[in-house]
Amino acid sequence: MNAPVEKPKKPAMSLEKAAKARRKFLQSVGLTGGVVGLSLLGYIPVLSASAQRLRPPGALNESDFLSSCIKCGQCVQVCPVQAIKLGDMVDGFGVGVPHIDPRQQACDFSCDAVQCILACPTGSLTYKKPPFLNIREGALLAAAPILKAKENDPEPTLNLKERIGVARLARPSACLAVQGKGFKGQARGAGFAGKMRYMDVDRWKPIPIAEHPYDLPLCDLCVRECPVKGAIELRPFVVADGTSRMQPVVLEPCVGCGVCEMVCPAEPAAIVVDAQATWHGEVALAPAPAVTPKEPS
Amino acid sequence: MSRFADLFMGMLGAAPKKPEVVSERVQTIMFRKYEDKDRYIKEKTHARDHHLVSHKWRNRRWAVLLAVNLLFVFSFWLDIQILEGALTASRFVGFHLIDLNSALQVMLAHKHIIVNLFIGTFTVFLIWVLLGGRTFCSWVCPYHLLAEWAEALHLKLVEKKLVTDHEFHRGTRTVFWLLFALLAIVTGYTVFETLSPTGILSRALIYGPGLALGWVGLLLVFEIVYSRRAWCRYVCPIGLTYGAVGALSPLRVSFHVEHCFHEGDCRKVCLVPHVLDVTVKGRASEESMSLGPDCTRCGLCVDVCPTGALRYEVKGLSQLL
Repeated sequence: MNAPVEKPKKPAMSLEKAAKARRKFLQSVGLTGGVVGLSLLGYIPVLSASAQRLRPPGALNESDFLSSCIKCGQCVQVCPVQAIKLGDMVDGFGVGVPHIDPRQQACDFSCDAVQCILACPTGSLTYKKPPFLNIREGALLAAAPILKAKENDPEPTLNLKERIGVARLARPSACLAVQGKGFKGQARGAGFAGKMRYMDVDRWKPIPIAEHPYDLPLCDLCVRECPVKGAIELRPFVVADGTSRMQPVVLEPCVGCGVCEMVCPAEPAAIVVDAQATWHGEVALAPAPAVTPKEPS
Repeated sequence: MSRFADLFMGMLGAAPKKPEVVSERVQTIMFRKYEDKDRYIKEKTHARDHHLVSHKWRNRRWAVLLAVNLLFVFSFWLDIQILEGALTASRFVGFHLIDLNSALQVMLAHKHIIVNLFIGTFTVFLIWVLLGGRTFCSWVCPYHLLAEWAEALHLKLVEKKLVTDHEFHRGTRTVFWLLFALLAIVTGYTVFETLSPTGILSRALIYGPGLALGWVGLLLVFEIVYSRRAWCRYVCPIGLTYGAVGALSPLRVSFHVEHCFHEGDCRKVCLVPHVLDVTVKGRASEESMSLGPDCTRCGLCVDVCPTGALRYEVKGLSQLL
């Protein structure tokens, strides 16, 4: 049998005190585990996000955006149409991170200068991405977008390099133009709070859409109100019964601002913005197959 | 180890130490104090009787805390644009200000620093080096105010023996600081911001309430029924970041052993009572000692001390004031 190894003597500690110290230690470990565990729950919404959020113009790619945003809301404060909202607990790591819900209030660039980018203190929203950050394919705009409102200004373009999403005619059957219908009245009804800048009303003061009723023989609201030049157009196509109709076709300059989705009078909107989507070429409804005389059987 | 290092280790969680050497001057003071027991007791009672119990510093502090947070709120609501943003980052009449802990989390998560971020962080760094790091906690942080009210409730319940305070190890906060820094680097997300009641409350005040306030509510309930001031004492890495920044600050609360009766009223009201270990009889080694980096400069001890042994002090300016 080995001789018992003599341990260096610890200062005497009563059993009670030792038990108390151990309990305190275990409770501290429990607290640490609990709080860190809770903080990691933030992963759930981020990883399970089925639909991406539409981020403000100039936003970095999603994971870079979430990591670099300092959650201060300065972008919220400068937006003249209050399009930018901050994420809540359900957004996990996106808590306090800005996003836009275009159906409620889209960014119509009525600030002319993309002030949210200017306000951002961390470069989460940026005019010019640093070279080491990746630009997703199809995110880069072919040319600086021309703002219809500034078209006659010496500098008509918007300082924006990448799109934040792309519009898509998601429910063509609900589209009034596709149906060959006009539109009369308030685009989203009297109770809609969304605002927009109308050049013929006031260049610097956006007004509620409800205060600007329309009377259109053929609904072209998405094309008419799109703030970017050449981003969307009405194009004729032939429907099954052989008549010619018009459909909105989204073009390359689309930046994904969401004004088309906001003004679309169909409920739910016929045209939507796919947040964080990139450009993959024009999508138009296929002309209906020509009615071919049936072969006699 | 030097006293500074001891204080710093104390902030990280080490237990306060008894002084190895007590200066002769303090030895004389202590000897005189206890030379005549009757006189000592008489003086003590006298001091108590003449102590005007006031909440001077607490009221000033609450006023400043509310003013700062309301300035954020009104800058947005009334569009007066003086202090735009939230506590995590803002602009004061155009100058970038960025919370040091939030900046740290973003830098660790994103691994890239742009000029504005650097400028804002540096400005705030300078401010709190001068004003004493954790001064941020008690004079600015909105959670601190709610936690103070929760603490009052907690103490009432303790008094009625309905709840007991469960102390955790103070080193837990250091572990949290390291873990959250590590999590930011590894995950690439600012994990701590998801839970930070400071950020959540600041944004809720300015941009409107949300579900995240439920988390803040849970924290307060935890502090009321289970552990006094648990978040600020044992968890919040913001406090540790600011504590480190203010470690050399000239603005501090100082302890003057000559006037102290060692009764410990100050330690009972303090958020971080370990910084007041010097007020225990026999722990002071110098005639005047500052309380160290973990002190939030809240002034509760200054208010409660019946003899003026605890005072605000600006190093180098004390003679002038």
